Amino acid sequence: MKHIWKYLRGYKKEVVVAPLVKMFETITDIVIPLLVAKMIDIGVHNKDLKYILIVGSIVVAMNIVGFICATICAKLAAKTQAGLSYDIRKGMYAHINTFSHAELDKFGTATLNNRMTHDVARVAQGISNFLRMALRSPLLVIGSAIMAMIIDIKLSLLFLIVAPLILIAVFVILKITTPLYNKTQKNLDRVSEVTRENLAGVRVVRAFNKQDYEEERFATASNNLRKSAVKVVSISSLLNPITGTVINFAIIAVIWFGGLQVNVGSLTQGQLIAFVNYLTQISMALISLANLIISFIKAANCAKRVGEVFATQPSVQENNSEFIELLQNKEVPKIEFKNVTFKYSDSARPAVSNLSFKAYSGQTVGIIGGTGSGKSSIAHLIERFFDPTKGEVFIDGINVKDYSFKQLRGKIGLVPQKAVLFKGTLKKNLRFRKEDATLEEINKAVRISQSEEFVKDLADKYDFKVQAGGKNFSGGQRQRLTIARALVGDPEILIMDDSASALDFATDANLRRAIKEEVNATVVLISQRANTVRNSDIIIVLDKGNVVGIGKHKELLDTCEVYKEIYESQLK
Amino acid sequence: MAKKIKEQVNRTKAEEKEFRKKQKAIAMLPKPSFNNPEKVQPVKEVDVPRPIQASLDRAVITKGEENKNEHLFDTAIITDKNVVKIERVASIQKPKNKPVIFRSLGYLSKYWYLVILILICCLMNSVFEIAIPLIIGDGIDFIVGPGNVNFNMILKYMLALGISAVGYAVFKWLTARIANGLSYRVEQRLHNDIFNKFNKVPLKYIDNASHGDLQSRMVNDVDQVTTGFVTGITDFFDCLGTIVLTIIFMFKLNITISVVIICLTPISIVVSLIISKLCHKHFKRQAKDLGNLSGTLSEMVGNQKIVKGFLYEDRSIEKFDEINKKLKESEYKAYFYSPLAGPITRFLNGILYAIVAIMGCVFALKGAISVGTISVFLSFANKYSRPFNDIADVITDLQAAIASAVRVFNVLDIKNEVSDVGLPTLQMKKGEVAFNNVDFSYTQDKKLIQNFNLKVKKGQRVAIVGPTGCGKSTLINLLMRFYDVDKGSIEIAKQDIRNVTRQSLRDKYGMVLQETWLFAASVKENIAYGKLGATDAEIRKAAKLAGVDKFIETMPQGYDTIINESGDNLSQGQKQLICIARLMLTKPPMLILDEATSNVDTRTENAIQIAFNNMMVNKTSFVVAHRLSTITSADVILVMNKGNIIEQGTHKELLEQKGFYYNLYNSQFSRY
Repeated sequence: MKHIWKYLRGYKKEVVVAPLVKMFETITDIVIPLLVAKMIDIGVHNKDLKYILIVGSIVVAMNIVGFICATICAKLAAKTQAGLSYDIRKGMYAHINTFSHAELDKFGTATLNNRMTHDVARVAQGISNFLRMALRSPLLVIGSAIMAMIIDIKLSLLFLIVAPLILIAVFVILKITTPLYNKTQKNLDRVSEVTRENLAGVRVVRAFNKQDYEEERFATASNNLRKSAVKVVSISSLLNPITGTVINFAIIAVIWFGGLQVNVGSLTQGQLIAFVNYLTQISMALISLANLIISFIKAANCAKRVGEVFATQPSVQENNSEFIELLQNKEVPKIEFKNVTFKYSDSARPAVSNLSFKAYSGQTVGIIGGTGSGKSSIAHLIERFFDPTKGEVFIDGINVKDYSFKQLRGKIGLVPQKAVLFKGTLKKNLRFRKEDATLEEINKAVRISQSEEFVKDLADKYDFKVQAGGKNFSGGQRQRLTIARALVGDPEILIMDDSASALDFATDANLRRAIKEEVNATVVLISQRANTVRNSDIIIVLDKGNVVGIGKHKELLDTCEVYKEIYESQLK
Repeated sequence: MAKKIKEQVNRTKAEEKEFRKKQKAIAMLPKPSFNNPEKVQPVKEVDVPRPIQASLDRAVITKGEENKNEHLFDTAIITDKNVVKIERVASIQKPKNKPVIFRSLGYLSKYWYLVILILICCLMNSVFEIAIPLIIGDGIDFIVGPGNVNFNMILKYMLALGISAVGYAVFKWLTARIANGLSYRVEQRLHNDIFNKFNKVPLKYIDNASHGDLQSRMVNDVDQVTTGFVTGITDFFDCLGTIVLTIIFMFKLNITISVVIICLTPISIVVSLIISKLCHKHFKRQAKDLGNLSGTLSEMVGNQKIVKGFLYEDRSIEKFDEINKKLKESEYKAYFYSPLAGPITRFLNGILYAIVAIMGCVFALKGAISVGTISVFLSFANKYSRPFNDIADVITDLQAAIASAVRVFNVLDIKNEVSDVGLPTLQMKKGEVAFNNVDFSYTQDKKLIQNFNLKVKKGQRVAIVGPTGCGKSTLINLLMRFYDVDKGSIEIAKQDIRNVTRQSLRDKYGMVLQETWLFAASVKENIAYGKLGATDAEIRKAAKLAGVDKFIETMPQGYDTIINESGDNLSQGQKQLICIARLMLTKPPMLILDEATSNVDTRTENAIQIAFNNMMVNKTSFVVAHRLSTITSADVILVMNKGNIIEQGTHKELLEQKGFYYNLYNSQFSRY
């Protein structure tokens, strides 16, 4: 919550003024029935036309005042709500950008997205509701109650019965329906799920001639949805009739007992009408008060979730923001791992254990192993997405922890395993590493990455609009473009994380040849294909996080069982 | 008297509607592929942009304009510009607005008795609603002053009030219950109809359409249609009943005051229409901006690895701020106008209330009406203006419903696959497959397969090779008759596959695709998919043959382990093996396999290969091949590039040709 308060401080004026203004509006709401009662009791009874007109004008004037107050309040509340959501989102986004992968993995994209859009909106909504209504309902309840008590204290005891009845009705119905709503939601999800499955698996469904079975599966889902939805509605739509009935019976009681009072002269007819009015007003205010409380409880939950994000500190911190001058020395290894062990926080065994190797400038390091063998972790450690649990990683002889992120990551061109592009033009995507890259630089990268043949066929060339994720390219094209993206701006280190898996052998070979000939970088090649890494200067063979072999192709064939097995199964 | 009642009633009714809309909207949100602990949230909590409104614009606004949607279905709605595309989807017609209304109502006609019942309940509800203030007013008239209170009469009136109160409650609930029951029933029927349609349309439509869009039609549009037509119509009757009855009673009480009230209402109607239009506009913009923001978020947060690796943080923060600012602007407007509707209506009603109070008092002075009547008029003043505000909502809902109905009927109007009822079943003993002069292309402007001939003998293995994206799956589409050839024919055992039933054709093939498909159910159910009612022993045997038996045993509940929707409790290779086990159970005479090599580790790959080999013994098989061993041992190799079959022959023949295949093969042994 304290993170939210911090942002709320920017809206002190609004937070104070809005409820005050609202209070004035509420006061008019309370006074108007009183004035109308006066019009009837004094004006009509005394046959005083002037009085009626004067009081009538006051009622109109109060309406206008109330309206103006309400408008001001709405404006202030909207300003706070929109401004606050903006501020929180901005702060949160900047904060998320400092997260390292451990934190991002902990939350997950969908959760963060959900918290930043829905939860933030709910929190701001809660605050805006507070500004607009927090004073209104209680004030209405208290004000009306006082007014009613002024009219007749004994008759107002009736509220002690009506109020709890209404509150109980609201909360009981809420309590019963909440789990039912959840169930309905699940059933709706199921309808979506079956639809999605059926569309995605349309070939399998038809290949197995299972259309009837699928239709039955869906019919069950949609039937369940209807049943649960109707059940919820049957119960939730009880609320209005129940509260309505309570109020109407209260009115019966008021008229009966009020009649007795009028009969003995302790109450007037106009006062009785006003009393009935206050009764309904209080009942309605109670219902909205209950709703308000519920919305606060929800907003508080959302605020907690938002706060969690703010409270999370990145596990990988930048220790130095200065640029380090490096001496060019061929003797110093470009990349060096010294006894590196790395374990993901939620995993029992290390992803990499006790890895040591040196790679010099211009060399190629091949990393091979099955899925889950810890290959990608090595790339993550070089990029300092994670810090090693034990041991050290050096680039150009300096511990990666001592670099600024800018300098360290500026050295590296990364081709991630998941080939995604960003929404925007192709040019913008290719300039990801170097914002001011020239056309020549881009052309070169595109050529090396074997993307030229299809890029030249694009209608708008580099101005081609890439859809989110790059889904308007085929998998192989996307992979080649992500390679081009990493090559722009001549990185000192090129990391290719299984990034040729969708390429056919010929393209893959051409790509490797072009990189060998034209790219002047230390290359880290992560792959499942023996053929991809066989010509590397150093090949690291991983098996379930353990290094089972380091060396050249020929040596490994003789000494490393795992390598031999992989090689032979792929190229016999 | 019941000044605030109407507000409350409106609010809860609106909330109920909102709830249903949001509920649907949530289902449409992209599903996280991992376990998101917040996935199952109480529905009402979520403020999701309403995609419904976006769909409204799509159908209404884009008419004749440049079409911004890339999906085939949407292009079909747009008339002028995309003539070519429309020819392609000629079977989709644009339903006219008027028939759409009738067709939608047609879904109601089966439940005509429920509609009548709703009407009766509405009417009764209105009668009691009007009667209550009348009775209260009349009752109060018997309480004049000290010593002048007629308790006998009051007792009578209070009894009537009690009955009315109960009647009101009962009919109010009945209306809601029956109307919602009907609405969900219609919704279910539409759901089922759409789903069944998906199973009957040519595959072309499903391949070309965005699945998200189809799903949105299923969930959002159907909801909009039922809300608009069923709930909307109920509300409309409800309002109409109240208005008519109020006017009648008011005129009976006092003509002058009634005329004044009626004269003032147009203001109220105009104002609420303006407000709802304004709100609609701003909410639409807000929803769009929010969607935009959320999209950027997913992209940037989901790909933080790239963002960080490329030092893109600052630029992404800048970009985000731009979108965030835009959202702030539209949010401000939306948040300002929508709660303003409350105060404005309150204000207008307040003025009406004041005027009625003044007039009432003046008339009471003259003795034209009683004091009780004043209170009746005061409550009528409120009751009377409420339905007009509601009707503005109903109109908006109905417009949206029509737009959604167009989208729903667009799906329902797609022509089914050519019927195969009455055709003979495929008879095969030998299992020869022949392509005779086949021409095929997905679109007319891009020729694909031309004059393709191939004869495959029983038990032969056909390997299809070629670079990525060369159209290998096209052949599978034609063999399985997912698509029909444009020219020529495909024959199995001398029977044109178009002259036999699809079921009998597809029964002959076993198919494993690279994109494995498992559904959210137990492992057992997934394996038994091809043979419902298979015994446990059979399932186990199939799993053993596929080499996945041991792995399944190690899963938490063994064969009863539930595979979740995205299947992320299984690796790609394990999924593939389960799909193979599924085939092992059905023992089809011919096979279509897509060898998947990416993202599968060596050992699993070997296991898959062994399973494939087990399956292929003595079977005619078509394999999209990645492994050398499969390719070299094939009886026929088809080399494809850019959609065409460019070379065809055995491994030896093709190497001798020194063509495309030769290069492709040798690149395996490249020294780089």
